[in-house]
Amino acid sequence: MRRSLLAALLLCTLAGAQADVQAGVQASAQAGVESRAQASLIGKTAPEFVREDLSGKQVSLAEYRGKVVLLNFWATWCASCVTEIPAFASWQKKYGGRGLQVLGVSMDDDAPPVRALCRKLKVNYPVVMGDENVGELYGGVLGLPVTYLIDREGRIVRHYQGEVDLKRLEREMRGLLGEP
Amino acid sequence: MKSIVAVNKLTRLAALLALALLSAVCSTALAQAGTAAQIPAADQMQPSELAQMLKSPGADKPLVLQVGSHVLYAQAHIPGSEYAGAAAQEAGRKALSERVAKLDRGTMVVLYCGCCPWGKCPNIDPAYKLMKSLGFTRLKVLHIADNFGTDWVDKGYPVAQGR
Repeated sequence: MRRSLLAALLLCTLAGAQADVQAGVQASAQAGVESRAQASLIGKTAPEFVREDLSGKQVSLAEYRGKVVLLNFWATWCASCVTEIPAFASWQKKYGGRGLQVLGVSMDDDAPPVRALCRKLKVNYPVVMGDENVGELYGGVLGLPVTYLIDREGRIVRHYQGEVDLKRLEREMRGLLGEP
Repeated sequence: MKSIVAVNKLTRLAALLALALLSAVCSTALAQAGTAAQIPAADQMQPSELAQMLKSPGADKPLVLQVGSHVLYAQAHIPGSEYAGAAAQEAGRKALSERVAKLDRGTMVVLYCGCCPWGKCPNIDPAYKLMKSLGFTRLKVLHIADNFGTDWVDKGYPVAQGR
């Protein structure tokens, strides 16, 4: 009995070690690798763009000057992107009155699936349809998600490639909002 | 009597440990289902390998197909590659099938996406399975670990733009 117990313990330890290795690989993949062109935008004024949102209204990034902007490039087919959206929507509700503006830029090829997913996820912030021109302005959005934090003066202060650490992002965003 | 109780406790503990082990194995298998993780290593190609192949004069050049987002393709793609449709979607798989319909099954084809980290890409596994089911024998999938930007563009490999 003791032998079988020891064998079971050994197997569990090995399985745990394997799971840790895989979790490490996944965590690394989630954190992503800084794109050189995107990272070089930090400290610079966020490139201006004007695009239509899902209801056809013109949205200009410049109109949010004076607010902290969380600019999120995403797509409906990107699982990591979809995972982040409910948190962004809850932050828009929680911090919107204190100066936060979340702005989504969908890199989908067509708007209908974007509209459907935004309805399903009850997205409460503007989402515009992006394209290669907007992507190039932001250093080439060649992997998703990509998220930028823009301060009240319109400067890019943070860049995240891949699925973000939501706790860290919220902490940094609160810092920009002047919250403890 | 005490020894019987001790044996019962040990048996229960062993059963719990076995259950935990089974659960760990199953969750690992489920996490990998339908992802690029299922593509055999022998059918994968590293970006450096493809870049070398494309620049070598006289080398047998493969047909390179991007099977992900058209918006990402328009920003940057491998020179000479073609956009073949997002394979996660039925319309994309149909477009890919049509593109390769008349090709000899021995044609060397390299599929790539790079929209997301390798293990989370929704396009590459469906494209690979479709091409396999169509009988392509010289099929490779470009292993893009994080995304096309960091694993191809930032490495300095050649890039083209436009649709």
